[in-house]
Amino acid sequence: MLRFILKKLLYLVPTMFGITLVAFGFIRLLPGDPVLLMAGERGVSPERYAQIAAQLGYDKPIWQQYLHYIGNLLQGDLGNSLVTKKPVLNEFLALFPATVELALVAIIIATAIGVPVGVIAAIKRGSWFDQLSMTAALVGFSMPIFWWGLLLIILFSGVLGWTPVSGRISLMYFFPPVTGFMLIDSLLSGQKGAFASAVSHLILPSIVLATIPLAVIARQTRSAMLEVMGEDYVRTARAKGLSPRRVIGVHALRNAMIPVVTTIGLQIGVLMAGAILTETIFSWPGIGKWMIDSISRRDYPVVQSGLLLIAAIVMIVNLLVDLTYGLINPRIRHK
Amino acid sequence: MTDTAVKISDAAIRRRMLKEFWFYFSQNRGAVIGLVVFAILVLTAIFAPLLAPHDPTHQYRDALLVPPFWQEGGRAEFLLGTDAVGRDMLSRLIYGAQYSLFIGIVVVSIALVGGIIIGLVAGFFGGWVDTVIMRVMDVVLAFPSLLLALVLVAVLGPGLTNAMIAIAIVYQPHFARLTRAAVMGEKAREYVTAARVAGASNLRLMVKTILPNCLAPLIVQATLSFSSAVLDSAALGFLGMGAQPPASEWGTMLAEAREFILRAWWVVTFPGLAILVSVLAINLMGDGLRDALDPKLKRS
Repeated sequence: MLRFILKKLLYLVPTMFGITLVAFGFIRLLPGDPVLLMAGERGVSPERYAQIAAQLGYDKPIWQQYLHYIGNLLQGDLGNSLVTKKPVLNEFLALFPATVELALVAIIIATAIGVPVGVIAAIKRGSWFDQLSMTAALVGFSMPIFWWGLLLIILFSGVLGWTPVSGRISLMYFFPPVTGFMLIDSLLSGQKGAFASAVSHLILPSIVLATIPLAVIARQTRSAMLEVMGEDYVRTARAKGLSPRRVIGVHALRNAMIPVVTTIGLQIGVLMAGAILTETIFSWPGIGKWMIDSISRRDYPVVQSGLLLIAAIVMIVNLLVDLTYGLINPRIRHK
Repeated sequence: MTDTAVKISDAAIRRRMLKEFWFYFSQNRGAVIGLVVFAILVLTAIFAPLLAPHDPTHQYRDALLVPPFWQEGGRAEFLLGTDAVGRDMLSRLIYGAQYSLFIGIVVVSIALVGGIIIGLVAGFFGGWVDTVIMRVMDVVLAFPSLLLALVLVAVLGPGLTNAMIAIAIVYQPHFARLTRAAVMGEKAREYVTAARVAGASNLRLMVKTILPNCLAPLIVQATLSFSSAVLDSAALGFLGMGAQPPASEWGTMLAEAREFILRAWWVVTFPGLAILVSVLAINLMGDGLRDALDPKLKRS
């Protein structure tokens, strides 16, 4: 197992190298002078220009610039935002929990509904439930989620007035962040109604974000179950006289879950992309909205480092998925 | 004599394959519905100038945010109402079909051709060429697709053309990987060796001998990418990075409609519905294609 992990880790090195190259090259590919872009200043005097260029290290040859960039990265220096002047890494860490909270709740919703629906659809193949749920899954899979979010806002916030339109919690409540997760922090604060407010703010964005993963998980679970239920060991289990519940719950489901776990893990990248849209619609103060705002504000140091951090996180999550896959499926590990 | 016999049977084989394909495709009711909707979409796009009752960019100053005709205050001349500057919704939606199809075709063509070339080279030559190419593809795949497309658009500048290029770049590794895997599977087969012994050049081996046998998964992926391209370009339009106003691209229309969501439901509902229906139709077709082209599923 250790060799398996090391091999996977080694595999990441060239990709990680490539990601830093993309982030490094991005700022130099932009139309306009990179020095001025990174400094966020216009109409500077030649002396000031030289000063900024030297400060950013842009007066050196390109390979030295890259080494300088990597050196800074390794020291945790990801540059400063042009707008807030704060270190990018600090901003990222402050906003990241909001995205994680949203993504976690979304993936929990998607799994908790998607897996049972997929299993039932497979068991009752061809039934009205199967047809209805798989049609719904295809609709969900095809959904423009930015529109879906707007529709839910019209219905639940506009017509029914049940949920707030934006933000993470009502302005009535204020408490210092402890974990960064609003659901936990609101409980810890002990303020009456704070938790309910956090939930009501979270519910619509998480449903919107869960829609596509839910559809994918339901479809994947159904097809994995159908495949497994045709296997000899399931027939044997049935022939032994085990109860249908045991055959499905233990023999079939366990094996069917192997590809499903991978699917769930790989949805993390999809969630990060979905978070950009969902957070924009609901003004959710997370990484996705931060990136969009930074792109439109031309806050390039943020875009550069945000790109790097998000790619690194998606990669690490994918690695963990790979390792889990090896853990639950010994066939992979020993290949 | 034998020559003509061979030719006839070639055509006959092709006809039979097509017939078999249609048999499996038409088994899938959803796929047929998808095909019909898609055909309607194509016709709408082609005949948009004839079908649209109004000019999609003409602003009727006396008809701002007119509701659809069945609602109180609606007018028969604007069947689906008008938007905030008095443009006819129906006409804009009809012209929007042109954008979506155009985007889908351009994106898939670029990604498909690029992916096939890269995948063929990687799979055919193997070794360090393959390693380098596939690591580069891994880097592209490491970024969430929409985010990478957004950043690429930021580099290239917002606009429809750049959005299409960005999305195509992001999709292309999927085609490269599929082609590479298929090529590696086919490369060792006897018919390839036979062609090589007969003196076929590398280029001929890649393009004429191997490629036709790798097409099935690529066709399925192309269909799925078509629908994703429609979705992602609409998302870019919605975020203000795709087609720019006053273009009647559906995502851009949604972006313009956002501030009116609680006042005028129709400016928000219809463009999104148009996106959903088109994407759904293409995905249904993709499911049918996969069933019809994948021999593994056919037997079960």
